[in-house]
Amino acid sequence: MGPELRSWREPHRLVLIGVAVAIIAFAAINMRWDWLPRYSGRLVEGVGTTLWLLFLTSVLGFLLAVPLGLAQAAGPVWLAAPARAFCTVIRGTPLLLQLWLLYYGLGSLFAEYPEIRDSWAWPYLRSAWPYGVLALTLSFAGYEGEVMRGAFAGVPKGELEAGRAYGMSPWTSFRRIWLPRAIHRALPTLAGETVLQLKATPLVATITVVDVYAIISRVRQDTYLTYEPLLLLALIYMILTGILVVAFRWLEAKVPVKG
Amino acid sequence: MKNKLITAIAAFGMTIAAQAASAETVRVGVAAEPYPPFTEPDAAGNWTGWEIEFMNAVCAEAKLDCVVTPVAWDGIIPALTSNKIDAIVGSMSITEERMKTIDFSDKYYNTPSVIATAKGSGITPDAEGLKDKIVGVQVSTIHQDYVTTHFSDATAEIKEYQTQDEANQDLAAGRVDAIMADSLALDAFVKSDDCCEIVGAVKDDPAILGAGVGVGLRKGDDELREKFNTAIAAIRENGTYAEFSKAYFDFDIYGN
Amino acid sequence: MFDWFTGLAAWELLALEPPGWGGVLLRGFAASIQIAIGGYLLGFLIGVCGATGKLYGGPILRDVLDVYTTLVRAVPELVLILLLYYAGTDLLNRFMAMIGAGPVDISGLAAGIFVIGVVQGAYQTEVLRGAFKAVPHGQIEAARAYGMSSFQVLRRVTLPGMLPHAVPGLANLWLIATKDTALLAVVGFSELTLVTRQAAGATKSYFLFFCAAGVLYLLLTLFSNVIIGWIERYARRGMPAVR
Repeated sequence: MGPELRSWREPHRLVLIGVAVAIIAFAAINMRWDWLPRYSGRLVEGVGTTLWLLFLTSVLGFLLAVPLGLAQAAGPVWLAAPARAFCTVIRGTPLLLQLWLLYYGLGSLFAEYPEIRDSWAWPYLRSAWPYGVLALTLSFAGYEGEVMRGAFAGVPKGELEAGRAYGMSPWTSFRRIWLPRAIHRALPTLAGETVLQLKATPLVATITVVDVYAIISRVRQDTYLTYEPLLLLALIYMILTGILVVAFRWLEAKVPVKG
Repeated sequence: MKNKLITAIAAFGMTIAAQAASAETVRVGVAAEPYPPFTEPDAAGNWTGWEIEFMNAVCAEAKLDCVVTPVAWDGIIPALTSNKIDAIVGSMSITEERMKTIDFSDKYYNTPSVIATAKGSGITPDAEGLKDKIVGVQVSTIHQDYVTTHFSDATAEIKEYQTQDEANQDLAAGRVDAIMADSLALDAFVKSDDCCEIVGAVKDDPAILGAGVGVGLRKGDDELREKFNTAIAAIRENGTYAEFSKAYFDFDIYGN
Repeated sequence: MFDWFTGLAAWELLALEPPGWGGVLLRGFAASIQIAIGGYLLGFLIGVCGATGKLYGGPILRDVLDVYTTLVRAVPELVLILLLYYAGTDLLNRFMAMIGAGPVDISGLAAGIFVIGVVQGAYQTEVLRGAFKAVPHGQIEAARAYGMSSFQVLRRVTLPGMLPHAVPGLANLWLIATKDTALLAVVGFSELTLVTRQAAGATKSYFLFFCAAGVLYLLLTLFSNVIIGWIERYARRGMPAVR
């Protein structure tokens, strides 16, 4: 805390902070913000949707990444090859395209099969959010699956042999040694991947999911303002990214890092 | 090394400079999406449709060198105000709300707004018929305004789409129960897809639905507006308008 | 009943000449690649300047660069693209008006390159700075002791030394640049993803066109990977093999 505080008081930083304050004051006074109170409730809801999407798809994506990584690192060819192909396709094509393929591609299917509309799944197939969740989950799994492959492969063979020497079954040694060690190795990448995932969430607004980006688009259309809503949106994402980074730092401090 | 960098910077600067606007060129913004029968891309990569022919006729009449510039619909007004384009020929209705931000030429066509649903849905184009239904509209349109103002209490949900094409697609997929849009655009859609039908026009509300479609222009660009107005009047007068419209419509879409 | 399947197999829609849409798709693909290359090079230029500034610049320059890289990396690319796409032209024109010149017409291509370049620049600054710091300082001092000029030090020691550390990060950023071009679809720039959606909407063959575009992107990635492999081997020559 000490050196950081002192660094704030360095003269050039004070000047820079002064400039930043002046810019913010200029923006606050000269730009139009009268729309803000009218949309504040919806903005909070939108941020909620964004965070919910982020949390759900990161957790699901990570759960999917574990078998994907394991299959590539140690699976037989018939498992490793499809897992690798999946990761290559997900990482090799833009998320926006994947999202539109899922939403509009599958949508064109429903038009051909009216019987789908009578099924129990129709209320879900009909909404937009399941497609957003699916696309974001697959994307997270594709990128993190690659990380997990390296993590599984990087666990020293000796540790697994030691487990076997203790008489552990393959399953026990996987559960007690291999998986925890691999996850531990992958943890440092999680913070970065989660920030990337946060930055990918606004794409779902293009398939009618109403997240914070969609609310801001709405403001832009209602008010015909070009910059103000987008600047606020950038600020919101900056705050969310900041919170994520701090949260992960705290988490990493909690998890003891050995070896 | 340094020289190469400088050359690269200079080359980049020059590509920008080379594109400096010549005085006569008018960049005409159209929505970058298929919006038949008014504007749609064809397989050769050209923009076609009634509104493109209208634009060509008007620009020829006014002796303007017009270039079609596709822009995302939801950003088409910012594109105009931030100087990315000089005019909007995108079936944009003249409304009070938009007049606060941009100017319009005189109207060049005027058609009613209708509601389309799946065939045999029994939905009527009013609040009663749309009760607890999901309605799809394109963002930043008079139809969005209308649905929000008149139907938002009755409907279960109003879904907003970036393009009309996506709203149409989701009606065909059954993800929305009804869509509201321009009668001719929906006419083209229901003719191309036998899933859906037009169930009728909504009750007029001139304050929202406006007084026809005009060319969107930057505020204060009066010279260009005058040129467009004169040219629109001229092609109405000399029969050009009727001539190129014949291939698309069997009635006069200019309205009264 | 099997319409969607025949729709998927309506390959004639992909023909290069109209009525097929293949030509349109390929032109969109070419536009995507052009923007990716242009944006990547501009980003590299910014990255070199940014990294140099962060390493050798005064305290103010360093702080300003820190603000730039932090901001760009904390905000979604989609939001940055929207902001820069409109603001870039607007600010440039205001600047031109200020110095008394007429308005400049920025083509969609130049705007796209500018947007991708600014985003790439922030990441490349960090990659290049990290790679530079990975070169042991003793090597540079040794080179100086041999009487090399700063240019010689750069050419013979610093650049070859930082290359193996910079290549993986730069390669990854190239792949990101190719995929980020798809986001320009949202501002209506006719790159591959947008023309794909237009073609899909006009023909109602959504699966066919989205899959075709996916294949094109994938080919670009795989082709890039091959080239990257060569470059990595070249950059790492004379170094112990990894794994």
